[in-house]
Amino acid sequence: WKLFDVSWSTIHCKLISYILIMSRQLHARRIEGVDKNIWVEFTQLAADYQVVNLGQGFPDFSPPSYIQEAFCKAVNGGCSMHQYTRAFGHPPLVTILAKFFSKVVGHDIDAFEDILVTVGAYQALFCTFQALVNEGDEVIIIEPFFDCYQPMVKMAGGKAVYVPLRPVRGKALTSADWVLSSEELASKFNSRTKAIVINTPNNPLGKVYKREELQLIADLCIKHDVVCISDEVYEWLTYDGAKHVKIASLPGMWERTVTIGSGGKTFSATGWKVGWAIGAGHILKHLKTVHQNSVYHCATAAQEAVAVGFQREYEHFGTPESYFLQLPERLQHKREKLAACLESVGLQPVLPEGGYFMIADISSVKVDLNDPSTQGEPYDYRFVKWLIKEKGLATIPVSAFYSPEHSKDFENYIRFCFVKEDSTLSSAEAILRNWSNGK
Amino acid sequence: MITRNQASLVQLACNRKVTILLSFQFILCQGIMTSSRHTNSKRIEGLDKNVWVAFTSVAADPTIVNLGQGFPDIPPPAYVKEGLANAAAVDKLNQYTRGFGHPALVKALSQVYGKVYGQQIDPFKEILVTVGGYGSLFSAMQGLVEVGDEVIIIEPFFDCYVPMVRMAGAKPILIPLRVKTNIVSSADWVLDPAELASKFTSKTKAIIINTPNNPIGKIFTRDELQMIADLCIKHDTLCISDEVYEWLIYKGHQHIKIATLPGMWDRTITISSAGKTFSVTGWKLGWSIGPEHLIKHLQTVMQNTLYTCPTPLQEAVAQGLLRDYELMGQPDCYFSSLAVELEGKRDRMAAILQDVGMSPIIPEGGYFMCVDVTSLNQDLSHMGDDEPYDYKFVKWMIKEKKLAAIPVTAFCGDASKKQFEKYIRLCFIKKDSTLDAAEAILKNWNS
Repeated sequence: WKLFDVSWSTIHCKLISYILIMSRQLHARRIEGVDKNIWVEFTQLAADYQVVNLGQGFPDFSPPSYIQEAFCKAVNGGCSMHQYTRAFGHPPLVTILAKFFSKVVGHDIDAFEDILVTVGAYQALFCTFQALVNEGDEVIIIEPFFDCYQPMVKMAGGKAVYVPLRPVRGKALTSADWVLSSEELASKFNSRTKAIVINTPNNPLGKVYKREELQLIADLCIKHDVVCISDEVYEWLTYDGAKHVKIASLPGMWERTVTIGSGGKTFSATGWKVGWAIGAGHILKHLKTVHQNSVYHCATAAQEAVAVGFQREYEHFGTPESYFLQLPERLQHKREKLAACLESVGLQPVLPEGGYFMIADISSVKVDLNDPSTQGEPYDYRFVKWLIKEKGLATIPVSAFYSPEHSKDFENYIRFCFVKEDSTLSSAEAILRNWSNGK
Repeated sequence: MITRNQASLVQLACNRKVTILLSFQFILCQGIMTSSRHTNSKRIEGLDKNVWVAFTSVAADPTIVNLGQGFPDIPPPAYVKEGLANAAAVDKLNQYTRGFGHPALVKALSQVYGKVYGQQIDPFKEILVTVGGYGSLFSAMQGLVEVGDEVIIIEPFFDCYVPMVRMAGAKPILIPLRVKTNIVSSADWVLDPAELASKFTSKTKAIIINTPNNPIGKIFTRDELQMIADLCIKHDTLCISDEVYEWLIYKGHQHIKIATLPGMWDRTITISSAGKTFSVTGWKLGWSIGPEHLIKHLQTVMQNTLYTCPTPLQEAVAQGLLRDYELMGQPDCYFSSLAVELEGKRDRMAAILQDVGMSPIIPEGGYFMCVDVTSLNQDLSHMGDDEPYDYKFVKWMIKEKKLAAIPVTAFCGDASKKQFEKYIRLCFIKKDSTLDAAEAILKNWNS
């Protein structure tokens, strides 16, 4: 009888507690409206179905052997490799990053003042928005944009102001044909503008901004005293001789730019999650404050390995042994292979000048999308899900990279990642050919 | 801000006077504009100071015996290191994994904690893997704490709780552990029930507890946790339970999870750390466990902050957990064997301090020991008045005695500084030679 009493009071307590819990708002307002995430949604789908995965942006080949060896060496290294390192970045890593990028940017970068190492470029973006954006600040985002910029601006209480890249009429065969209107861009700047986010090479389009285009943006940043957040994670991946230009190297820009980079994209090791923000100390110090109050440290061994990688690249810079030359060469060939395949089945690819991805116009393809579970979703979302479920090929819908205001205009594009083994690309090709032949 | 040199430049270049003047004005304006506009956002106002940034760089000097920051100088178990080397050799384990936690890891966690909690834990909905226990704390604050909320924090507290609460726009409400007259162990530090009850208001969103506690080493008893639980239920507040030292429990004590008390699972986030569990603080992996209706909000924060944690590290932790799961309850299980090893070091550290006339607080758990340095009678009046005594003492001790510790007032609010300013915190998860070196310094204190 006593046992029954105890159990009943436990149930009673639990019930009352549960009812009470459900009656008050649990979550903080700052996370309202940012709960949906295409990666969570689409990586789950790709995992649920047996697919040829050209969706999420990661290589399905291994990182270069020298960097894997560096990681192993770090793991088997002394005790200190497994314990906390310097919070704002492992000293060997920040030292080589400063040395390496000082050359590239043309400015003396202080390893300890001007660099913050983060858990992937993703966290560098988060630190930047949290450090600089106040409630009501405006942040200009160029569309199409890597999807996380918008929810991060929102979470920081900022207002995203969008300006689209538009394909030049009659062209749009390459990412170079997608341009900004200078008047339209200028019209977006006002006294509330805190920052502009640029991404070059761009995800998903692959556009590599030319010096003149960056100068246009720089002039506006200087005129309106705006910070430029430059996401350059694909900086080494340019094709056809396109040159990656760092906006921070333009006059007047070092002191107002945060440049973000990624060890994962640089060394084809996305799972290591080592990124960084580089910029003038008076801005970086605020990113450090966010970092020390959110994650505080990044994993030591991975930082050690990335440091070794950069040291080697510093020594081989510009030579045929440089991974920064070898990788884009390899990817150029894969880019051609995929583009040719897409064209041959009636899809219209936009040839990217850089990056991991290629978008293709699916307008000419007529498919009966009668999946009730995707009713009401944008056309490209429905198409991508159909392609996963019916054809076993994973891609990403491009309207996910557009603002709510403009996404309707871009529901006819899907994004392919071509940083894959040739065998993966061949499998994708086979699926597309079979489909186009009516099988 | 106009320097003599810059002014001379303007004077000298007559025919290019206008150009130089304009350029000069441009540079000057840049300087002014840069410093006035690109300031920090309001949310991080006043959060730039940090005790670790201040003290860890000082202690990085290899000639200093470092009992300061909490990390082992003993190696992690070999199978854990091997697990990482093996994981990194698998191609796909060098690429992104599932955002909320690598499947192998969340499944292993579900197994281990399912056993500990005595209930089924859904690996995908009730667990989030984060960048250390620190990342879990941040995700919980950002996900659940609103601007204007109050969050109760028990002093002394791991120092990040207050800035994290403030960054979420909420107000930290502090309540100190208070001590009876004879302080022998961390068990002597207790909460005053009436005082605790008085801290709960209609604005209270959560209470943060840390058991075993850093820095004191207190393990909250079932009765103490029940008292806290009763208040949480009565006022409908959440509980954030930082249990990163959950396995480091010394003889005669038991770690109790507040989430297992009636009515608490639905309102508690429990935080743990791979770094503390496997002596790999540099791996920076932790996790939050709780009900879906709370964890989902932490997951939202995760997907908007760093998206995913490193893959090979997660795989290695998964393998380590599975190995120790099989050994749970046996002496070979690292969860128990580490505690046995550390108890020896704890006792040694205590003896060293007692031998030189100090009174350490013997911790019931964790790997820190606090000690009152009053008996050393160190006159630090030459160091001025702008810092609490323990800060001055630690800085002086690092410089003069080459021994590093952490001042305990770093772990409390302003109002309690007087109560704690004679205490310093020593970390004893160190190899014997480090403890030998500390002993030598203390024995020779007055020479």
